[in-house]
Amino acid sequence: MGLEIAFWVLTVVAVAAALAVVSLHNIFRAALALILCFLAVAGLFVTLSADFLAAIQVLIYVGAVAVLIILAIMLTREVQRGSFSNRFNAPVLLSAILFLGVAVFAVMATSWPVVTLPPLEATTTALGSELFGEGGYILPVEISALLLLVVIIGAITLVREK
Amino acid sequence: MTLGLEHYLVLSVVLFSIGLYGALARRSAVIILMSIEIMLNAANIALVAFSRYVVPGLLTGQVFTIFSIVVGAAEVTVGLAIIIAIYRRRETIDVTKINLMKW
Amino acid sequence: MEVISPSGPVWLIFLLPLIAFAVIFLLIKPLNKPKLASFISIIAVLGSLALSTWLLFSLLSSPEHELTVPSLNWLVVGGAINIQFGLILDSLTVVMLMVVTVVSLLVQIYSQGYMRGDPGYHRYFALMSLFTASMLGLVMASDLLVLFVFWELVGLCSYLLIGFWFQRPAAANAAKKAFIVTRFGDLGFLAAILVLFSQTGTLDIAQLHGLAAAGVLGGAVLTWVAIGIFLGAVGKSGQFPLHVWLPDAMEGPTPVSALIHAATMVAAGVFLVARMYPLFEHSPTALLTVATIGGVTAIFAATMAMVMTDIKRVLAYSTISQLGYMMLGLGVGGITIGIFHLFNHAFFKALLFLSAGSVNHATGTFDMRRMGGLKRIMPWTYATFLVASLSIVGIWPLAGFWSKEEILATSLESQPLLFYLALITVFLTAFYMFRIVFLTFGGQYRGDTKPHESSRVMVIPMVVLAVLAVGSGWVNVTGGFDQFLGHGEGHSFAQGFFGALAHPLAWLSQVFAAGGIFLAYAIYSARWLSAERIRRRFFPVYKLLSNKYWFDELYENILVRGILLNRFFAGLKFFDSRGVDGAVNRIADTVVTVGQTSRKVQTGQLQLYGMFIVLGILAIILAMYFTG
Repeated sequence: MGLEIAFWVLTVVAVAAALAVVSLHNIFRAALALILCFLAVAGLFVTLSADFLAAIQVLIYVGAVAVLIILAIMLTREVQRGSFSNRFNAPVLLSAILFLGVAVFAVMATSWPVVTLPPLEATTTALGSELFGEGGYILPVEISALLLLVVIIGAITLVREK
Repeated sequence: MTLGLEHYLVLSVVLFSIGLYGALARRSAVIILMSIEIMLNAANIALVAFSRYVVPGLLTGQVFTIFSIVVGAAEVTVGLAIIIAIYRRRETIDVTKINLMKW
Repeated sequence: MEVISPSGPVWLIFLLPLIAFAVIFLLIKPLNKPKLASFISIIAVLGSLALSTWLLFSLLSSPEHELTVPSLNWLVVGGAINIQFGLILDSLTVVMLMVVTVVSLLVQIYSQGYMRGDPGYHRYFALMSLFTASMLGLVMASDLLVLFVFWELVGLCSYLLIGFWFQRPAAANAAKKAFIVTRFGDLGFLAAILVLFSQTGTLDIAQLHGLAAAGVLGGAVLTWVAIGIFLGAVGKSGQFPLHVWLPDAMEGPTPVSALIHAATMVAAGVFLVARMYPLFEHSPTALLTVATIGGVTAIFAATMAMVMTDIKRVLAYSTISQLGYMMLGLGVGGITIGIFHLFNHAFFKALLFLSAGSVNHATGTFDMRRMGGLKRIMPWTYATFLVASLSIVGIWPLAGFWSKEEILATSLESQPLLFYLALITVFLTAFYMFRIVFLTFGGQYRGDTKPHESSRVMVIPMVVLAVLAVGSGWVNVTGGFDQFLGHGEGHSFAQGFFGALAHPLAWLSQVFAAGGIFLAYAIYSARWLSAERIRRRFFPVYKLLSNKYWFDELYENILVRGILLNRFFAGLKFFDSRGVDGAVNRIADTVVTVGQTSRKVQTGQLQLYGMFIVLGILAIILAMYFTG
C-alpha cells in the first residue's frame, strides 16, 4: 500500500515538474523544475527496487547534468530573454497529444509477458558482477569510457576561446 | 488495484510526450535540451519497469539504463558546448533563427 | 575439307601485325625509339609473309586447294544467332595474303627512308601494322559480319593514314571525305548483310555460297543483295560514282597511297565481289551491273588522268581506272580474271607510287610541271617507273599484259560494247602513263631544288617490286593461276608465253598501247604537237576533264549543300531545336518552377521537421496496427 502511495505521489510530482519545464517563461525556474523531475524519477526507481540506479540518477542528473544546464543558462544570459514557444505551438501540441493517445493505446492493447516474481533487493553487487564479471558487459563499459573521453575533448574544443 | 507494468509505462509515455512537446515547441535551445533529458528519463523508467516486471532476476534493463544515463550525460555535455559556441557567434540560441543552412 | 595442322600459326598471320600495333602504341611510343617501332612492324609483317608462304605451299599440296581451321564462337545468342569467328583458307585468301604481306613488307621497308625524321614516325608504323592486320583479317574472315568488321577497320586505318599529317587542312578534309564517301557504299553492304541474315539466318560465307548454288537464295532478293554488296565494293574501290574520294586521298604519305590506295584496301572491293561471287553468278543483272560500272569507270577515270598535273593524282585516277578493269573482269569473266589483274596491279601500281614518292622526296613537289630531266639524276627511280609503266600499259611480256589481255578477250565475247570502252582505255592508259614518264624524267629539269637519287632503303623495295611487276603475270602463263583459283587448262610455259601473241586481239591492244605512247612522245618529248594548242583547241573538253566532270561540285553544292544541308538537315535542325530541345526546355522549366515552389517547404526550422517526423512515426504505427 505504501508503495502505491509513493508511486502516485512521485508520478504527480514528476509530471507536474515536467510540465513546468516546458511551460515556465523563466528559464532558471524551468531548470529547477527539471531537478525536481529528476529527483521524482529517482524516487520512481526506488519503487521499482532499483536502488543503485536511483543513486546514480541523483548523482549524475541532479548533480552533474542539472548543474551543467544551469551553468549554460548563466553563460548564455538566457534568463533575461525567457522561454517562449515558436510559431508551431498548436500543431506540435496536437501532435504530442496524438502521440500520447497512440502510445497509451499501444501500452494498453498489448498483453505484456509479466511474471510475478519478487524483485532482487540490494542490486548493487549484482549489477557490479553483471557489468564487470565473466560474460558480462565489460566491452560496452570500456566503449562508454572511450565515449566519455571523446565527449570531454569535444566539449573543450567547442567552447575554447580562439 | 496493485501497481503493474502498465502504470509505469503510461507514466513513461506521458513524460515522453511532455518532453516531445517541449523539444518541438520551445524556442530556447537550453529548454529543448532539457526536454530531451525528460524524454531520456521517461525511456529509462520504461526500461527499469520492464526489468522489474518481465525479467525480475536478470537486471538487464537496469544495465541498459546505466548505459543510457552515460550516453545522456555525454549528449547533454556536447549539446551545451554547441549551444555555447553558437551563442558566442550569433548572440542568440533561438533555434528558429539558426537557419543558415536552409535552401 | 581437311583441317590444317598446326592451326595456331594460321591465326598468327593477322594477329602478328595486330600485336605489333599494340606493342608499338603501348610500349615503344612512350620510349621514343622510332627505329625500334619500324623494326617491330617490319618483323611482324615478315612473320605474316613467312606464314602465308607456308600456307600457300600447304594449299598447293592439298587436292582441293582449300583447308580449314576450327572456328571460334564469337556471337551466340540462343539458337537464333550464331556468328563464328572462323577463317577461310582457300586459294583466293592465299593469293590476297601474299599480295598484302609482300606489298606491306616492301612499303614498310621503303617507309623507313621516306618517313625518316617525321615526328609521327611511331604512329605511322603502328597504323601501318593495324592496317596490315585488318586487311589480312578481311581476306581470311569466314563470316560476313566478321568480314564487315575488318572492312570497317581498314576504312578506319585509311582515314587515319590519309589524315596522317592532320595539321594540314587539305589532309584532314581528304580523310573526312574518304571516310564519308565510302560510308555510302558501306551502307549498301550493311543493308545487304542484314537482308541476307533475315532471309537465311546465317552469315557464314561458305553456307551462303551453298544456299545460292542450291537456289534457296535467288530471284530479286539475290539480285538486290548482290547489288548491295557491290555498292560496298564501289565505295571501297573508288568506282563511279563514288570515286571522288580516292584522288583526294593522295594527301596522305605516298607509301600509304602505295599500300592502301593502290595495292590492297581499294582492291578489297574487288576481293569482296570475288569472295561473294557465287551470289553474283546467279544473278545476271548483278553481274551486268558489275561489268558496266567497271567498264565505265575504267574509261571515265582514264580521261581525267590525262589532264592532271599532280603526279599522284594521275596515278590515283589510273588506280580507279584499273580497278574498273578488275570489276569488268569479274563481271564478264569470273573470279580468276579479276583477281589476276588485282594480283598484278598490286605490284606495278605500288611500284608506281613508290617511284612517285621517290621523285617527290628528291624534288619536294608532286607537280609535274616543276619536274623534268630526272632520267640522269635518278636512274633507279626512272628505270623502275618505266618498267611499271610498261607493265600497266600492258606491253608483252610484262605482268599487266597477261591479265589485261584476259579481261579484253572475255569482254569481247560477252559484252562487246564494254570491250570497246576497255580498248580505248588501253590507249588512254598508255598516253597518261607516258605523259608522266616524259614530263618527269625527260627534257630539262624545271624545278628550283637540287634533286638526288633516293637512299638504298627506298630503292631496294622498288627494285624488288620492279621484278614482280615484270614477272608476276607469268604465274598464269602456264594456266597455273587459273587452276589454283578455279579451273582451267594447263599448257607449257613456252607455249603460253609466245602463244599469247598468236591471238590477233593481243596485237590490237599492243597497237593501241603503242599509239598512246607515241602520242605522248609526240606531245611531251618531241614536241611535234603543242600541248598548249591542243588545250586551247579542245578547251571545253579540257575544262570538263580538269574539273573532274564537276563531280566534286555536284556532290558538294547540289547534294550536300542544296539537298542535305539546306533542306534535310535544316528540317532536322528545326525539329531538333524546336521539337526535341523545346520539349526538353519545357520539361526543365517545369521542373525548375515546381522546385522553386516546393523548396519553400524546406523552412530551415528543425523543429517543424521534427514534428513531421513524429507524425510520420504515428502514421507508420497506425498503419502497422491496422494492417496487422
